[in-house]
Amino acid sequence: MDVVVCLRRVPFTQEVDLEIDKGQRQILAENLAFVLNDWDNYALEEAISLKERTKGTVTAITVGTEEDEEVLRRALAMGADTAIRIDSEGLTLDPRNIARLLARVIRGLRFHLILTGAQSDDLNEGCVGAMLAEELGLPHASVVNKIELGEDVLEIKVELEGGIEEISTIKLPCLLTIQTGINEPRYVSVMGIRKAAKKELKVVTIEELSLDKEALVPDVYVERLFYPPETGGAEILEGDPHIVAEKILRILRERGVIS
Amino acid sequence: MDFDLSREQMDIKKAAREFAEKEFPKIARECEEKEEVPRDLLKKGAELGFVGVFIPEAYGGAGLGFLEHALILEEFWRMDPGLGQQFCSLTFGSEELILFGTEEQKEKYLPRLTSGDALMGFAITEPDAGSDAASASTRAELIGESWVLNGNKVMIGNGSLADFILIFCLTDPDNPAKSHRHSVILVETNTPGYEADKILGKMGIRAADTANIFLSDVKVPKENLIGERGKGFYQLMAFFDRSRAYVSAHGVGLAQGALDLAIKHVKSRVQFGQKLAAFQVTQFKIAEMATKVELARTLTYRVCSMLDRGQVDSKLVAMAKWNAGRTAVEVVDEALQLHGGYGYMNDHDIERFYRAAKVLEIYEGTKEVEKIVIARRILGRF
Ligand SMILES: Cc1cc2nc3c(=O)[nH]c(=O)nc-3n(C[C@H](O)[C@H](O)[C@H](O)COP(=O)(O)OP(=O)(O)OC[C@H]3O[C@@H](n4cnc5c(N)ncnc54)[C@H](O)[C@@H]3O)c2cc1C
Repeated sequence: MDVVVCLRRVPFTQEVDLEIDKGQRQILAENLAFVLNDWDNYALEEAISLKERTKGTVTAITVGTEEDEEVLRRALAMGADTAIRIDSEGLTLDPRNIARLLARVIRGLRFHLILTGAQSDDLNEGCVGAMLAEELGLPHASVVNKIELGEDVLEIKVELEGGIEEISTIKLPCLLTIQTGINEPRYVSVMGIRKAAKKELKVVTIEELSLDKEALVPDVYVERLFYPPETGGAEILEGDPHIVAEKILRILRERGVIS
Repeated sequence: MDFDLSREQMDIKKAAREFAEKEFPKIARECEEKEEVPRDLLKKGAELGFVGVFIPEAYGGAGLGFLEHALILEEFWRMDPGLGQQFCSLTFGSEELILFGTEEQKEKYLPRLTSGDALMGFAITEPDAGSDAASASTRAELIGESWVLNGNKVMIGNGSLADFILIFCLTDPDNPAKSHRHSVILVETNTPGYEADKILGKMGIRAADTANIFLSDVKVPKENLIGERGKGFYQLMAFFDRSRAYVSAHGVGLAQGALDLAIKHVKSRVQFGQKLAAFQVTQFKIAEMATKVELARTLTYRVCSMLDRGQVDSKLVAMAKWNAGRTAVEVVDEALQLHGGYGYMNDHDIERFYRAAKVLEIYEGTKEVEKIVIARRILGRF
């Protein structure tokens, strides 16, 4: 099975105090470390393990700058066969335009399956996967947490609200967006990194895709980022643990959380 | 002058960090408390290629350099000094085989190290020969086709775990030149007469194995001589010129790890109504610590990179090792200070880092020995 996996490099924001820049449209990125989006790491592992089971190929794609190639090199080191970077050329791209760019490249590839992460850790919009499927006219399923191979189909599992699990069958070729926890992503090995240096990493420009830069104006853009105003309403309970515990119980009862 | 790591070097450093960040915290404290070496973790690390990257590809290594080895060790020490030490010890002494070993010796011993199937060690120190290694009295006599070894070694990494150990020993006691009396001989530890006694109660890096070794009539084939008979002391100096370079990365990693812990603490701990980080005295401390770490890192990378380009500069290597050890001790001291009383308790990682640091000013040449090397190169003998 030939799998295309879409990857995104995102700032690592856990345990970090985020700051808004002066223009109030962006988070200050200066002091942030960048990593492969967590969901994409699971999608990548899934792609590579499907390839290993079916003797296929994996192509990793990202839309971004030269610095973002780091995630492609990671993909190659983990076992992807080729990588493509669509040069974002300094544009601010919304999910629809990212999907359009990806679709242009993917149309020219041989594939049975496209995987993306369910969402990205920075903006959490979760749109690119579904929009890309639409662009390519493919069936798709979102937030998939298990994939089984069938004859020209895949059997997939999705967790619904309230812990209900849903199993569906989806025809190939298709697009799936992957949930974290679907597998245990492998570590990058030194041998993998060395092999990656010999694999192809292609860069494609917007012009080469016969798209007009002017036409890639986002339909959605950030007007202003700001911290939510501090609100009151928090009650701080102080004193002896016994008394605090009783107070908590009373409040929980009053609000109907426990009876 | 180019101070940047290559993409490949950055990717290797990141891969090592990710492995250490995910795997080490799960077991670091327990290994330290129980003085236990986690064999599974070592095997896993070896399978990912993190062990002995400087070993040539022909012998199962990655064929990279001491700089890449140092980058990996820096990240490992940053997460946990004890586990970092144990990872480093796995190939400690293999430089002797690479530099001076025969083709047969390299083929027989090196691939088992990088696959994680074997551990080695290098036994130099003796009760009466520490800094003065040339006074080592462990005796090896050539009797027929075999070397027969007798003597004691102390404080030897992997002494009780290693599959084979290099012994720095006296083969030519009558040579008038003290520096022409020793040789390096490989001993497989299952040879009769080899006994090791694991040292418990080390101050720090307790996840790493250290043992005293007793050799009584240990008989090994004549072919187990590594390099030339009587040239052991020179071979030892060549080893130190390399090992001290990457051991400097232990200091960089420990100091960076301590700084990371301090930053996290001062950004969360509130006293006098504000975060500790808001006090200018704290800011100055963090600035000083970060600067020291960066300086140690720069010199460490430089000497490793020089070695990889074939330039051996004992003076600069000794400077890097002394400075990195000092940096680790100073930075971890300040980092613990910033933790206050909590830093003194073993449920905070900084306590473990603090206890680990001191060894960096002792092993691989004490800081005084490093300064002797530096001064001798500057002033000459008189
Ligand atoms: C955790 C650990 C692991 C170790 N692993 C190994 C190993 O794997 N293999 C191995 O062979 N050894 C190992 N060692 C031993 C280590 O290399 C020695 O401890 C070190 O070389 C110092 O020797 P010593 O302990 O005998 O101290 P000494 O040489 O007795 O030194 C005591 C003090 O005197 C100073 N001093 C000595 N000579 C001079 C001089 N000429 N001028 C000025 N000051 C001087 C020293 O600097 C030091 O401050 C290890 C040690 C430790 C603690």
